This record gives sequence, C-alpha cells and structure tokens, in this order.
Amino acid sequence: MMEGFLSAEEAQAVWLSLSVATRSVLVSLAPAVLVAWLLVRGRFPGRFLLDALVHLPLVVPPVVVGWALLMLFGVRGPIGAPLEEWFGIRLVFTSDAVVLATAVMGFPLIVRAVRLGLENVDEGLEAAARTLGAGRWDVFFTVTLPLMLPGILAGAVVAFAAGLGEFGAVITFASNVPGETQTLPLAIYTATQTPGGEATAARLAGISFALALGGLLLAELIARRMHRWLGRG
Amino acid sequence: MLEVQLRHRFPGFALEAAFTAGPGVTALFGPSGCGKSTILAAIAGLFRPDEGRVSLAGQALLDTQARRFVPPERRRCAVVFQEGRLFPHLSVEGNLRYGLRRAPSGAEGPGFEVVVDLLGLGALLGRRPRALSGGEKQRVALGRALLSRPRLLLMDEPLAALDTPRRAEILPFLARLRDMEGPPILYVTHALEEVDALADALVLLEAGRVLAQGSPDELSLRPDVPLAARRDAGAVLSCTVAAHDAARGLTRLAFPGGTLEVPLRREAPGARLRLRLRARDIAVARTRPEGISIHNILPCRLVAITPSAQHPDEVLLRLRVGEAVLLSRVLRDAVARLELREGDEVFALLKAVALDHAPG
Repeated sequence: MMEGFLSAEEAQAVWLSLSVATRSVLVSLAPAVLVAWLLVRGRFPGRFLLDALVHLPLVVPPVVVGWALLMLFGVRGPIGAPLEEWFGIRLVFTSDAVVLATAVMGFPLIVRAVRLGLENVDEGLEAAARTLGAGRWDVFFTVTLPLMLPGILAGAVVAFAAGLGEFGAVITFASNVPGETQTLPLAIYTATQTPGGEATAARLAGISFALALGGLLLAELIARRMHRWLGRG
Repeated sequence: MLEVQLRHRFPGFALEAAFTAGPGVTALFGPSGCGKSTILAAIAGLFRPDEGRVSLAGQALLDTQARRFVPPERRRCAVVFQEGRLFPHLSVEGNLRYGLRRAPSGAEGPGFEVVVDLLGLGALLGRRPRALSGGEKQRVALGRALLSRPRLLLMDEPLAALDTPRRAEILPFLARLRDMEGPPILYVTHALEEVDALADALVLLEAGRVLAQGSPDELSLRPDVPLAARRDAGAVLSCTVAAHDAARGLTRLAFPGGTLEVPLRREAPGARLRLRLRARDIAVARTRPEGISIHNILPCRLVAITPSAQHPDEVLLRLRVGEAVLLSRVLRDAVARLELREGDEVFALLKAVALDHAPG
C-alpha cells in the first residue's frame, strides 16, 4: 500500500524511523527506571549532578549532543576506539548510531515520566509488602514496578513519538545515509534541499505529523486506562 | 512472649518505652502522638530506633547493642494498617495470597478457605480494592495479614479510619480472630471501646512513656491512671449472658458477684462479654430505694474513697460486689451528705439503659 504512495526510499525512511524509535525506547527503559529510582529514592551526594546530567539533552542544542557522541564513540573516541578494537563494533554512520543518538535525546523524557510515576507510588504499600514477607527486590518487582507502570508507559510513548523526529543529534553523529541512517526528518530535510522535492517533503511531513500526534494521543489513552486500572481515576 | 525496650529521640519528643506482651490481645492505648504507632513500626522493622531491643519468643529481632536488625520481611510480624494499604493493582484474592505465597512452608496457620470464611470475604475475591467499602478493605487487610502466617499480628488503629457503624461491623470479626488459636496480637488504639471489647492486657502510654501495664479490669480501677479520669471511665466487668427476657425487653447478665439487667442483647445465652460500667452512671444509696425505675440495685461494700485528681469537687468511690469491683463518680458533697465512710454497706444504683452503649 505504501508503494503506491511513497517511493521505496521514502518508505525506507519511515520504516527506519519507526524501528529506531522503538529500539531507542527499549534500550532506554531499564536505565531510565534505575536513574529515576536513584533520583527519587536515592540519598547520595551526587544526586543533583545526576539530575542535571540526565536533563542536559533537553537544554543543550541537539547538534552539540551529536557532536559529544561523535567525540566519545568516534573511531578514535575514548569509548569508540576500544569498542572497535576489542569487539569490532563501529557505531558511527550506522543505524545503531541513530538509535544511540535518539535514545540519549529521549532519555530525559522517559526519566521525567518514570519519576512522576514513582513519586505516585505510596511507600506505605512497599512497607506493607515487606511485613508480609517480601524482600526488597521482590517488593520492587511485585509492588513498585507495577504501580510505576503508568509513568513508564507514558514516558515510553512520548519518547517514541519524539524519537521519530530526532534530527540534530542524528545527522551530526550518524550522518544522512539513505537506507542506513536517513530517518524521516532527515529525508524531509533532504527533500527540501532537492529541486522539485516539495511534494515528497509534504508527504513525509504529513506522515511525521500523524505519527507524532497518534503517539501523544496513545500516551494519554494509556495513562487514563492505567490510572483507572490502579483505582486512581 | 514479646519483649520490647525502645529509646528514640525525635525533635521535641522522646520515646522511652518498655513492656512485654503475652498470648492474646495486648492493647497499646494512649492519646494521638504518644508514640504508640512508632513502637509498632519499630517492632515490625519499619523504623529503626536509636537504641533498643525487641525479642519475640526469645529470638532477638532488634538489638542495637549487638548491632542486630532483622529486616521486616524476615520478622514475620504482619501489620494491619489504619488505611488498609491494599495493593491497588491486585484483586482481593491477589492481596490475600500475597503474604500466603511468601510464608515459610513449615509455618502453621489457618488456610485460605478458613480465613475467607472467617472474615466473610467469599463474595469479594474477584474485586479490586477500589471497589470495596472502608469496612471491606479492613477485613481484606486483616485476612491478608493473617494469611502471611505471622508469629505476631500488629494492628495499628485498624478501625480509626472507619465510621461508627463500620466499626461495629468489624469488631465482631476481630473478636472472632482473638478467640481462635492464633498468633499474639498487639493492638494500637486510642478508642476505649475497642480496648473493652478485645484487650486481654493493656499497656497505657503517654508522651512516649509507659504509664502502667496490666489487665484492663485492674487498670480501669486504678485512680492514679488517667483511664480513671476520663469522662467515660469506669470498671470493666466480665459477664456471661444468663438469660433473655424478650417480653420485658431485657437480658440478664451474670458476673462474679451478682446479676445485671440490661437492654436486650444479640449474644446467645452463655456468651461471654465485657461491659464497661461508667463511673458517672453509678449512683449510691444508703438504703435500698423503693418505687424507683432503676433495674440494678446491687448491695456492696464501699472499700475506698479517692479524690479525683482532675475534678476537685468529685470523688471516686470503689465498691465491692462479691468478687467484682465497681467505680462510682459522685460529688464530694454527696459523700458529706450521706456521711459515707470506707467499710460502709451501700447500694449501687445503675440504670439499665446506661448499658446500651457497649459495642457488640
């Protein structure tokens, strides 16, 4: 159905965006829950620094985030060099690089939502669970995590919707290779730079708009369902 | 046997309490903010006091000197909280089974069906906590705690969040729980009616300290204890339902020392119950009055006249009827008019309708 409407290259950009957004959310979730937990419940000296660090991608220009990733994960970077040397993994200019850049940009969005979810969890319920014989981890997985679920899902959907449109960090760190790293926004950008590309740009922009809006509506719907499920509605 | 010894300094408040609790229900009784919930939290392992020792059946759960702190999940002291604290994401059955699933395999206790029956939870099993009334929530919380097979059941004002009719609905369940061969219960409350209905032993707390410890009957007679200074103070009498007289609308209760006639009760003959005879409801006469509406006229001996600490114009009379002791609160002036002396034979007068306030 896509073929009639979009060129192969355009369809590929849409698919890549969807796949990148999904993967970036999946890799972010567990660390985001950990960081949110540290920020809400942790009592350690570097807490404010961690908070600031997590939120940095929200305020720093995305291009700068991309540049920082390039410096760290580039072929001669302090992480990139050993990755290539020991494991033969080269990130730059691959779709994995797109995922990494998107994940870093979306991370604060997930952490913020998860954190809100965790702040809503009544610590009294966790205390009750422990007196019933559940250890710390048991309580976390059977009480805390299920009660945080609305926050986690809301964060995941928002980060997914935002991840579809990540531009600056991706183009800087992963470049703009059609079929490899050219996501939806990059394809739109390329179309606007190409003579006669207006129709392509409009089509892709429309898809981009619809996906983002759909994501936000879905997030809202899930949040309501979850709250009702937890009896908070 | 539970042995508790705690010291903790809060800003502007010091907790320093020591007491023991045996089998049955021990009530920790005192005004709000006297530290009773903190004590309970320390026993459950949810609060670490500065100093202290808590041991249950000889095993130390907390010993700050020996640097021993058993985490709450290994203490097996289940708590019923004031707000129930049911898990909102689990059904009633899921809540009930939460503790059961984690109980050690060797632990003894009533089975799932027994507890569901005992607390009347059969119709609620599939429901979510949010679809329950306040009273139902507390019953589920009670069942959940019981099913975790605790060695000690801690109750932190389990009825305080409920209105009076709900309270009356739960109290019989608690009494049933007490009467089965269950774990010892430590019951925190500031409601005298709950102490009367449930407590086998009483620990009186005020401002973080233990004022007195003993049986409720004994403590309610001690004028040096604030229990006797309350407006609803009085002796607690253990009675048995002797007979109902439905035609006259009254029930006869036997107690060691005589019988009482009270408004018709629901308990079956032979049932045991505890009645608080409020000191202010009992009058005293020199001679047996005649042509009087009062049902209960008990011959007794005046054993002590104690001035009331709180009300300088009042005195507490201690009256012995057989083995039982009653308290009567009268004006100092009444003692003078009747020329009452310790050792006198008098009659205690008690209206039947003054006894319709007891729970149950």
